[in-house]
Amino acid sequence: MADQVLDAKGLNCPLPILRAKKALKELPTGGTLEIHATDPGAVKDFEAFCRSTGNELLESRAEGSTYIFLIKHTN
Amino acid sequence: MSTDTNAKSMSLIVTKGTLDWAYPPFILATTAAAMGLDVTMFFTFYGLGLLKKDLNLKISTLGNPAMEMPMMGMHMAMPNLISALPGVDGMATGMMKNLIKKKGVASIEDLRELAVEADVQMIACQMTMDLFEYKREDMIDGPTLGGAASYIEVATKSDINLYI
Repeated sequence: MADQVLDAKGLNCPLPILRAKKALKELPTGGTLEIHATDPGAVKDFEAFCRSTGNELLESRAEGSTYIFLIKHTN
Repeated sequence: MSTDTNAKSMSLIVTKGTLDWAYPPFILATTAAAMGLDVTMFFTFYGLGLLKKDLNLKISTLGNPAMEMPMMGMHMAMPNLISALPGVDGMATGMMKNLIKKKGVASIEDLRELAVEADVQMIACQMTMDLFEYKREDMIDGPTLGGAASYIEVATKSDINLYI
């Protein structure tokens, strides 16, 4: 179970990333954030975001038309 | 500003002030800031209008043959002869704003606010302020006034420099 869940459904680029960044900032190091999004572009974007920022993408999966990402706040 | 000495940086020159052209610089600036980059935006010529407190951004279909608006399952392009008629730009702007809302795209006002919150540095071109007789009090708080040298100083230190 993630420490926090962010509903970014219905939001388009770059809002899911911006909202996730804001939520991660409020999490302690080691905390986890689960993001729910419907923007298909978010799949590649969260991979790139995590590679660039050093946060860890623990999980990326689709459930129907919802994309679910689990990110560990490491940086 | 990030305190990380390894932080990357990006600068953007923003020269266009229509609703459609306002998106790329603000999307890239906010995203780069979210990814830990130090970002500076230099607003000049028509781009300077994007710093006005009250935004009333418009698009024009005139001279824009690549612009196709989705409509009833098809795409509609506008011949120049029709684009030039009074009211057509207003109609196209209304359609675009509806699409933006419907598709969950942020408004320029929101993205600008997020950029300010993320400590994106903004420089308003002093020469353009004088040229178009803009008043400082008509612009949002935050941007500093500067010229080409101010931009070049930032650009020489930036990893990414974009002109939009």
